Amino acid sequence: MREISLTDLDDLACGAAVLGTGGGGDPHIGRLLAASAVREYGPVTLCPLDELPRDAAVLQVAMMGAPTVMVEKLPSIDQVSKAAQALSGYLSSGLTHIACAEAGGVNSLIPVVAAAQLGLPLVDADGMGRAFPEIQMVLPTLYGVRATPMSIADEKGNRVVLDAVDNHWAERLARSATIDMGCSAMIASYAMTGDQARESLVPGSLSLCAELGELVRRARAAHTDPVDAVVTRLGGRRLFTGKVTDVERRTTTGFARGTATLSGMDEDAGGELVLRFQNEYLVAEIDGEARATVPDLICTLDRESGEAVTTEALRFGQRVSVIYAPADPRWHTEEGLALAGPRYFGYDLDPVGAAR
Amino acid sequence: MRIGIDVGGTNTDAVLLDGREVLAAVKTSTTADVTSGIVSALEQLQRQRAFDPADVRAVMIGTTHFINALVEARRLAPTAALRLSLPAGASLPPMVDWPQRLVDAVSGRSYLVHGGHEFDGRHIAELDEAEVRKAAEDMGQAGVRSVAITSVFSPVNAEFEARAAEIVEAELPGVEISLSHEIGRIGLLERENATIINAALRELAAHIVDGLAASVSGAGITAPLYLSQNDGTLMDVDFARRYPVATFASGPTNSMRGAAVLSGLDTCAVVDVGGTTSDVGVLRHGFPREATTDVTVSGIRTNFRMPDVLSIGIGGGSRVRGEAGSVTVGPDSVGYELTTKALVFGGDTLTATDIAVAAGRAEIGDPGLVAHLDKGLVEAALRRIAGDVADAVERMRTSAEPLPVVAVGGGSMLLPDELAGAGAVHRPAHYAVANAIGAAIAQIGGEVDRVYAVEPGRRDTVVDAAKQEAVDRAVAAGASPSSVRIVDFDEVPIPYLPGNATRIRAKAVGELQLTDVKGR
Repeated sequence: MREISLTDLDDLACGAAVLGTGGGGDPHIGRLLAASAVREYGPVTLCPLDELPRDAAVLQVAMMGAPTVMVEKLPSIDQVSKAAQALSGYLSSGLTHIACAEAGGVNSLIPVVAAAQLGLPLVDADGMGRAFPEIQMVLPTLYGVRATPMSIADEKGNRVVLDAVDNHWAERLARSATIDMGCSAMIASYAMTGDQARESLVPGSLSLCAELGELVRRARAAHTDPVDAVVTRLGGRRLFTGKVTDVERRTTTGFARGTATLSGMDEDAGGELVLRFQNEYLVAEIDGEARATVPDLICTLDRESGEAVTTEALRFGQRVSVIYAPADPRWHTEEGLALAGPRYFGYDLDPVGAAR
Repeated sequence: MRIGIDVGGTNTDAVLLDGREVLAAVKTSTTADVTSGIVSALEQLQRQRAFDPADVRAVMIGTTHFINALVEARRLAPTAALRLSLPAGASLPPMVDWPQRLVDAVSGRSYLVHGGHEFDGRHIAELDEAEVRKAAEDMGQAGVRSVAITSVFSPVNAEFEARAAEIVEAELPGVEISLSHEIGRIGLLERENATIINAALRELAAHIVDGLAASVSGAGITAPLYLSQNDGTLMDVDFARRYPVATFASGPTNSMRGAAVLSGLDTCAVVDVGGTTSDVGVLRHGFPREATTDVTVSGIRTNFRMPDVLSIGIGGGSRVRGEAGSVTVGPDSVGYELTTKALVFGGDTLTATDIAVAAGRAEIGDPGLVAHLDKGLVEAALRRIAGDVADAVERMRTSAEPLPVVAVGGGSMLLPDELAGAGAVHRPAHYAVANAIGAAIAQIGGEVDRVYAVEPGRRDTVVDAAKQEAVDRAVAAGASPSSVRIVDFDEVPIPYLPGNATRIRAKAVGELQLTDVKGR
């Protein structure tokens, strides 16, 4: 895939929801905004990671805050570009490429908006290969790339540039600014060179989103199983198919934590799977035994349509397939696990790679 | 006594009920003007079972008229959408995701002005009253007759919508105004879409509601008139005039609730077997389980609550193919051509109806024309139908307890008396008028759906207050206080928001407080 045009956006959004692993925000608004930007400014050129010039000046653009707010206080095209411009202005270096922080949910689409308006190529890559809830949870952190200086822009024209001592502080300071801005802001962060990007990003993420969306669409049209198509493409496997019989949620420090219980159907009849989540799915247990954990991807897909079901939309009675897909292997290093392994999220577990 | 009327696209059905006993039930054709069909239905009721109009204490009407008007894009008023959101939202103006055909059908115009709230009640910007006036002036010149006003986070604070309405009203007297916080929930585009649709239907609603009232009073009935809403509760005539959009899903809701009452079950699966599909829904405590995904109506994304219905391609007209060992039923159907194509009507296509006749489950057409069918094939086809329907019921089931099944619809003879995993299949009398009965038994509801900041240790207080408000609203809408109970409750914490922000939804319903009209 070398270009993102209007007709690619539906597939891209559908695939992004899958890689959102239950979080990442509903890509719908991102899709509409990207459509509006592409309609106005033309298609966006995709630059494969291995073709990125070594001296390229790259920024990651993303939405930060509560997806629930974003669907009410709609972001604008300008707001996204202003975040990128504020940071490149502060760095007083030219900006040559836009990149994605995460490959899941709304943040796969937001960078398309910035790239379209600014007329810059978008790197076909992202910082995670999935969705995670906090700024420092990207692979560039493992390579010593700093999140800051970073910029935050709201819809009113306010722009904040902050420079923090480490990426955890960046998360903390940016989170408070975002709340003051009404809990939905656009950020630009992780300014890096082409070399750093080539070393630290996950290649091909946007192409992968578009491909997953296309696979789901084609499977539905051909009346074949869309879940199988997704699992095969991701090199993962189907953990469980069942009905949601209980969802329990609680809010702790701004994150929606909770558990969902599924009772098995089809070949899983009689079994029980418990999903533990903090916006994204963290742990999947079958009959009391952890069968998949972060940093690997755990996704819930509608059993019939193959559409991703987010943790927020999870309701009693839904019929879903729970799938596992391996994360980028760098997440399984000691440093990777310290950043986003089960223990970081409070589970005293070694990561489980969905071994049978 | 009460009367329930269902005005569908094809048929107008009416029932006369005493408590839950069906005294009379009739079926007539829907007429283009709606009202003469109702007049004729009421006359037929009177003929079937003579009653004193003064004994009727309430008339409930369910209608698909408004959703059909949207789907067919006819009789929609020239409508403007006014959004209070700047400096937010300019890139995605009102109707941005609408099919152009419908934008044209409502002569849709959109206006954005400064205003709106943050999630915590702060102002995004002050409401710019001069901008609202200027927009109203332009609407007036363009001949707009109905206005939909949507402000950011109006479900949290509606003050700007109310103020903008005052200004528009002063500038454009006589123009209908619909406010988004009265119609939808969080999710600006979806709520705004629903509000615009409502606005576009206001003129038609006034016309139809007047017609309904006239035809009922023309029959000598002085009892109050109610329309049924999406969730199976009632609204009075005045409310219906202002919120026609609230009737959109009342068809399937009434059908399911009617079927349940007829069978005496309040938690059950309802299988409606039509000509082409079987639709399976689930009732819990008498109310349909709602779909959890956003609902697209005629290509427009909204966040109405619609009943969760699973459709499978099995109906009376389904084509049957193959041999005993490899039989398939549907998903294609001869549809309305059943009476010419099915074998029992002298046609050349083997349908599910032919199978039912050959098996002796139904007497339709000429049974002699299917006497030659292989017994093994007939049994295999029936097994296939029973298996597929049982599977659909199984998929809709949400707990381990067995869920009784109620079968309705013209094709329900296709179902066996027992379904695997579900047990006995109930086939209530009068199922053909289940919709009208569903309307007649509808109750009065009240609902709260809001984002609350839940301080530590205060969850129970907040939850109790939300439930009480839902109960109070039901009583204010006309429910008898002693009968009101909470039927649905849901709390969802909102990620990334400070202060334990939690969306709480509570729904209360109760019996309609019937006043004795005779004694008045």
